Amino acid sequence: MKKSKQFFMVPYFLWIALFVVAPLLLILYQSLTDGQGHFTIQNYLTYGSSSVYLKMSLNSLWYAFLITVITLLISYPAAYILSRLKHQQLWLLLIILPTWINLLLKAYAFIGLFSRAGAVNHFLMFIGIGPKQILFSDFSFLLVASYIEIPFMILPIYNAIVQLDPALPNASRDLGASPWQTFRLVTFPLTLSGVKAGVQAVFIPSLSLFMLTRLIGGNRVITLGTAIEEHFLTTMNWGMGSTIGVILIVMMFVIMILTNDRKKKRREVLDDEKATH
Amino acid sequence: MATPIIELKGITKQYDDGFVALTNINLTIEQGKFYSLLGPSGSGKTTILRIIAGFTNATQGQVLFNGKLINELPPNQRKVNTVFQNYALFPHLDVFDNVAFGLTLQKRPKKEIKRRVLDALKLVQLPGYANREISELSGGQQQRVAIARAIVNEPAVLLLDEPLSALDMKLRQDMQYELRELQQRLGITFIFVTHDQEEALAMSDEIFVMDNGKVLQSGTPVDIYDEPINHFVANFIGESNILPGKMLADYQVEFVGKSFECADGGMRANEAVEVVLRPEDLDITTADQGKLVVKVDTQLFRGDHFEIIGIDADGNEWLIHSTNPVRDGKEIGLTFEPEDIHVMRFGEKEADFDARLEQYEED
Repeated sequence: MKKSKQFFMVPYFLWIALFVVAPLLLILYQSLTDGQGHFTIQNYLTYGSSSVYLKMSLNSLWYAFLITVITLLISYPAAYILSRLKHQQLWLLLIILPTWINLLLKAYAFIGLFSRAGAVNHFLMFIGIGPKQILFSDFSFLLVASYIEIPFMILPIYNAIVQLDPALPNASRDLGASPWQTFRLVTFPLTLSGVKAGVQAVFIPSLSLFMLTRLIGGNRVITLGTAIEEHFLTTMNWGMGSTIGVILIVMMFVIMILTNDRKKKRREVLDDEKATH
Repeated sequence: MATPIIELKGITKQYDDGFVALTNINLTIEQGKFYSLLGPSGSGKTTILRIIAGFTNATQGQVLFNGKLINELPPNQRKVNTVFQNYALFPHLDVFDNVAFGLTLQKRPKKEIKRRVLDALKLVQLPGYANREISELSGGQQQRVAIARAIVNEPAVLLLDEPLSALDMKLRQDMQYELRELQQRLGITFIFVTHDQEEALAMSDEIFVMDNGKVLQSGTPVDIYDEPINHFVANFIGESNILPGKMLADYQVEFVGKSFECADGGMRANEAVEVVLRPEDLDITTADQGKLVVKVDTQLFRGDHFEIIGIDADGNEWLIHSTNPVRDGKEIGLTFEPEDIHVMRFGEKEADFDARLEQYEED
């Protein structure tokens, strides 16, 4: 029994070892060696002392933050409304559907829509505002990135709202809370787990978006993702590319720790109470 | 008579899918009494509570609070508080913050909130639990917190939605005493929803017996137990022997082929009726002295009494409660007093029933 269980776990461990642990170790190794394979921390020193990389890192964080905020602002109300609709499964399917389409295809679709001769500019000309430069702007980058990330924010929030016991908002109203107070004091805090899961699912991938920065942002937005791509494919400086990769991974862990449920420090209160008795 | 604190007039509730939960409900709730809405699940009792609390709207009819129409008033502006069936305590707040929720919304001074919350916790016998998390409490403790959270706001009416149903037998009985005592001490009107007839009988000043979205009978526990209006109420409240019979004349009823003196009247001659005899009203005697003779079929020892099932010559089953055992298979006689017989007409309205009782029964 025990043997067979272990046997079935072999593929899983192989997968983890080959495709998760090994690449991570390789990146770490690359970042800590120079071209001749000697140990060095030069790459990290370069990263730390260069204002270019610092700016890129801040840029990545800033844009990931903006994308997360925009998605959250759209997704929470959307998930809330969704949880009150009649044909929820159908609406859910419509929200999930776009995620089945390849990212590149979606990016090209937006290029078509936003280009100078695209549908959007046609419309802007029709109402007398256009044509405008939409593609290759911060606006279009944020819009497309948010569009792509929205399903990953809506789903966890929707799940949290659906799991909320409807008696709890009722209890809040019963105790004298207005609809807005009920949302602020009960509904939102109790669906925060969904929000945190959504933030993780959106913020972390947004840190390393590089295809969109090029295709939609026109390389006006330079993030760490862009930098990694450049180092590996253009300048062939694998050491530096790996170093930035390690930095990104560290950032992701920090985000995960920050958004994880913290255990409350309630024990201290109880101990205080015991001490006074 | 003073203005009733809550009045429901002609309340009908129909849901979007066409299901009619309540039909023409008329209730009068007076200040300071303990009321029970008693009925099987799906009888509409919780819907009444939700309409009074304001969680759902009546399709038709009026809800009056101190004589004022409150149909459209949102729940946060009604002077009633609810103890929910699953308690609905806020899991992200500790006991203190749960109980303080209503007072904090009212922006009371911190000192006053603290004093009143601690007082409320003392009242429900949970002093020293203020800093506990909800998840650390047992079912009975959560129950008490839910009550404290509601009464700390000093509502005019407290609505309780089957609050004891999740507790075990012993705790439930203890809580029945505590709730009754609390209600009398605070003088708040309680409206208690339950499907447990013993609970309703033990605690209430007045019971509304419900079935299928209608109030079948209302009255004190003793009235309802002794004078059930129909088969359903007689069966639902307590145990009973219900037999088809015929009203020969006033104070004269026939069942199992014999004529008996009874205390009821006001029906047509030879009207078909149903007769109720409570098992504890049947006394056992020898076969030749009994008004009825039954053969003992089975006998169960229930602790405080024996539950005996006897079968008469016509094959009717009789349920008898006795403090003394009898021998299985033995023929025994049953006696009862005329006032132990309760006669029920088919399809009688509550108002007619009450009027008839008033006329034909001397209490």
